[in-house]
Amino acid sequence: MDFSPSREWREINARYRLESSMCERCGRIYYPPRDLCPVCRRKSIGAMKTITLPRRGEIVTYSVIHAAPLKGFEGRTPYIVAIVDLGGVRIQTLLTDCEPDEIEIGDEVEAVFRRIREDGERGVIHYGTIFRPVRMPKTSVHAH
Amino acid sequence: MANTVGIVGYGSYIPRYRLKVEDIAKANRADGKAIISSLGVYEKSVPNYNEDTITIATEAARNAVEYAGIDPKEIGAIYVGSESHPYAVKPSAVTVGEAIGAAPWFTAADLEFACKAGTAGIQACIGLVAADIIKYGMSIGADTAQSKPGDALEYTASAGGAAYIIGRAEPIAVFEKNLTVSYTTDTPDFWRRERSRYPEHGGRFTGSEAYFKHVINAARRMMELLGRRPDDYDYLVLHMPNCKFPLRASKILGFKLEQIRPSLEVVKNIGNTYSGSSLLGLARVLDGFAEPGDHILMVSYGSGAGSDAFSLEVTDKIEEKRGRTKRVDDYIQDKIYIDYVTYLNHTGVIIK
Ligand SMILES: [Zn+2]
Repeated sequence: MDFSPSREWREINARYRLESSMCERCGRIYYPPRDLCPVCRRKSIGAMKTITLPRRGEIVTYSVIHAAPLKGFEGRTPYIVAIVDLGGVRIQTLLTDCEPDEIEIGDEVEAVFRRIREDGERGVIHYGTIFRPVRMPKTSVHAH
Repeated sequence: MANTVGIVGYGSYIPRYRLKVEDIAKANRADGKAIISSLGVYEKSVPNYNEDTITIATEAARNAVEYAGIDPKEIGAIYVGSESHPYAVKPSAVTVGEAIGAAPWFTAADLEFACKAGTAGIQACIGLVAADIIKYGMSIGADTAQSKPGDALEYTASAGGAAYIIGRAEPIAVFEKNLTVSYTTDTPDFWRRERSRYPEHGGRFTGSEAYFKHVINAARRMMELLGRRPDDYDYLVLHMPNCKFPLRASKILGFKLEQIRPSLEVVKNIGNTYSGSSLLGLARVLDGFAEPGDHILMVSYGSGAGSDAFSLEVTDKIEEKRGRTKRVDDYIQDKIYIDYVTYLNHTGVIIK
């Protein structure tokens, strides 16, 4: 039997390292990666190439979630869901290390590796890549 | 030098949030100014609620790979030293290895030795590289240090980490004579039992019998083996549980303030990152101070207790690789202050 990577494992490559797939026929890039290009379909067989998305980009749009409909986000509101542009590829992500009133469309963001959710106190912890605003430090190191 | 093992790259990471020591004192109805002057620590780094030792180790490891400019697939060993591994059983090092693209051909393990597990990992890497079993090995010291609200440790216990890639190819600093020295005894100065959330410490052991005895013995033996004296070194880096201990140890050893000052800025500004402490101190020296030909003495300390000493000679490769990634000071300066209640929320004591 051929080794067939599970969905979870493919997701790890995408979530951990921003791996995506590019259809070499039409040039479209998919994140998370796909086995086939939905546009080129069968013609993309053997033409899907794994590429890694840039770790810096900018905010295209975002929304602030005050209620916490997602399991594992209880008590962590408000949180920010954004579309970020990574060198022309747009992905949906969470923004972290910032407050909603500190960000604007067009702001530069950088990838960070974080806990995404955990299956309760006893379950597996899921890690992945999300984004945070790049800040220009205003303060200097203490000269005590 | 061709046959010498050294540091081919390193990387740091410090969370963005800070809590002022004065604010902790206020919450504990203590005298903030007196505490600051006794510890020499002004503020500490605090992890966001979605950060832990694995995420901190991964960020530091990614920076180290970028700095070294190597293919992560060539890393044959990854060790994560910490006393705050997120899982009791399931290694942190496997997630780090996957995240930086080193998997699957590498050996991995989590190490524990209080605040010196990261330097113990460096020793293992030196051995594996020197024996030509692996080309590169990576050791990371990272922690999200736990402290009971109201405990004396709360003023300094912080979060951060640093990763070091050990190898022979193009090192920025070499371990002189491939040497490392350790001084280890059974000393119950600080511990945490399996199911306890917070560590305990034996007050009378934390000073002379623990930190000073181990650090000073390891440092002296290292200098003895190499025929060196304190003024043969340009920089000294010690484990920094606070500002006072390393400063006093450096004086006892006969070092001058200028030699230890660059690394001390780390503890002053972000507190005690436990397994990350001496490694972040060394990173700051390598970031912006060390020049080719300089010599650096580094001694870690882990309660329980032990010290690992390393004597480094900086090479001219440092000028080529420097600036490829964020420096310790970039992280120190990128900060957001939070209050005590938000801090308890970040560290999971309360969920708002
Ligand atoms: Zn296509």
